[in-house]
Amino acid sequence: MSTEPIRAAAAADLEEVHFDSPMEARIADLQSRYPTARAALLPILWECQERFGWISHGVIRAVADRLGESPATIEGVVTFYTMYRTEPPARFVLQVCETLSCDVSGGRDLLDHLHRRLGIGPGETTADGKFHIQGVQCLGACGAAPVIQINDDYYENLIPAKLDAVLDELAGKE
Amino acid sequence: MEAILLRARGVTDSRRLDTYLAAGGYDGLRKALALPPDVVIQTVLDSELRGRGGAGFPTGRKWSFIPKDHPGPRYLICNADESEPGTFKDRELIEYDPHMVIEGIAIAARAIRANTAYIYIRGEFVRWAKILEEAIAEARSRGLIGRDACGSGIAIDIWVHRGAGAYICGEETALIESLEGKRGFPRLKPPFPAIVGVFGKPTVVNNVETLACVPHIMTRGAAWFAAIGKPRNTGPKLFCVSGHVNRPGVFELPLGVTFREIIEEHAGGIRAGHRLKAFFPGGSSAPILTADEIDVEADFDSCAKAGTMLGSGAVIVLDETVDIVEAAANLAHFYAHESCGQCTPCREGSAWAGEVLDRILAGHGRSLDIETLTRICRFASNGMTICPLGDAFSLPISSMVAKFRAEFEARIATAQPLPAKKFPVLPWAGPGQGF
Repeated sequence: MSTEPIRAAAAADLEEVHFDSPMEARIADLQSRYPTARAALLPILWECQERFGWISHGVIRAVADRLGESPATIEGVVTFYTMYRTEPPARFVLQVCETLSCDVSGGRDLLDHLHRRLGIGPGETTADGKFHIQGVQCLGACGAAPVIQINDDYYENLIPAKLDAVLDELAGKE
Repeated sequence: MEAILLRARGVTDSRRLDTYLAAGGYDGLRKALALPPDVVIQTVLDSELRGRGGAGFPTGRKWSFIPKDHPGPRYLICNADESEPGTFKDRELIEYDPHMVIEGIAIAARAIRANTAYIYIRGEFVRWAKILEEAIAEARSRGLIGRDACGSGIAIDIWVHRGAGAYICGEETALIESLEGKRGFPRLKPPFPAIVGVFGKPTVVNNVETLACVPHIMTRGAAWFAAIGKPRNTGPKLFCVSGHVNRPGVFELPLGVTFREIIEEHAGGIRAGHRLKAFFPGGSSAPILTADEIDVEADFDSCAKAGTMLGSGAVIVLDETVDIVEAAANLAHFYAHESCGQCTPCREGSAWAGEVLDRILAGHGRSLDIETLTRICRFASNGMTICPLGDAFSLPISSMVAKFRAEFEARIATAQPLPAKKFPVLPWAGPGQGF
């Protein structure tokens, strides 16, 4: 598996956002799937997050303009869901599952191991902005517990040695 | 039993359309398109297929609630949110046999005369959303679905819609809100989605596994399906076993096998040197069963009789190393995190239960804590909330308190009182310095 780092746009570049024509075309395509304009909101936000790495206030305003909704409405949706990032993310976001099956199968050992190796705990980012640890709820891969999702990819049946190998590989990527 | 839903596991190129067609794929859809929709619904009714997402409601009856005289449009939604802790079966179906799911969706759409279907898949499943999109594109390019499905003149369009991280969106009305581009707040019922669903139109929401059963019912007949399992609890079921077993994984077995067979035979038994303490029979929202209850049969009615539920068929196995108080605290935090926040008993109750359990774990339990936990759980269950999340957190926690009361009492018996709180005093920062 080859997990690519997140390329996040700088906050200064996302203060005022205008969608270019490929993005507009993509939005129009998404909207054609639904009978209402607003139903395309979640897919449009995904599109934005893929493009910019995160959802800034500027992005929220641009999406609100595009859909004819208030920015507050859009922000309410963005912050309801856990996967939309409202701050520039680290290169690699390590989402460590903390729910029961992972918890009893060594999930806690992984968190301890990450703390020893990276010096950070859940909710923290390394000083170089490379890794961020997030404790998350059930990832739906309990048969392969413990599980960590790194960016979009699932890493399953992890033991500290295997996790080390993964981190070594990711640390080499810029 | 022969593999039905998991027949493609281990087959090379199992995801490709040609592999699926060679195994008789899309014959069920062709058959359904040639029949009147009512006959398709009757076939599924006769098969006694019950929903695999958790509630176990008869699928054919759900379809039959769609008003016949409604001018339309109607919608079909495939629920691939799969977020109940312990559940990982839908992902397996999509990984090995996405076309089986797509065919099931198309047949269900035909049965309720819907021309558009959405697959709502949880946001974390990026890989599986891509697999579905590729499979849909392949089926569309061959004319199996799309504007003219299988040359029948009937339009069946299917779109993948990704969620964005919310357990509650597995509840059908929250899912519908989310699909409309809103926060996943469950709706009050009635009206039920069959009458007023997504975009205000009649809607059916079915689980991935439920829909995957449908092509087989169409091709092999309702009687064949009903002969598997037990009366009223028919068909194959995917059981997801996780936790302290030697071979965790997804197993396809007829409804009505015992949990002993699932855990000891198929999942390889408890890891060496340990013994079973307790297990959740149907995801973390089902009341817990103890080691003595391992001979309960794994079907909807037997589980209900044993005071629990089959749910999604997710068996979470715990051995004697697990502290039940810790397990209860873990789940309380899960539900407190996932409560949408609309109803006070659920929003406050789940967080409150978590705080009480954390305090007991920290060695500061109080004699009234067990009573408090029971009271919180009673107040959040039995229809006190808009959706079943209130029950989902209170039933397992109250069952753990009831069945493992001694563990809670032992922790409380050795507890120390919390140190007295000191009023926080801000340091004097000099004259003219406000707070």
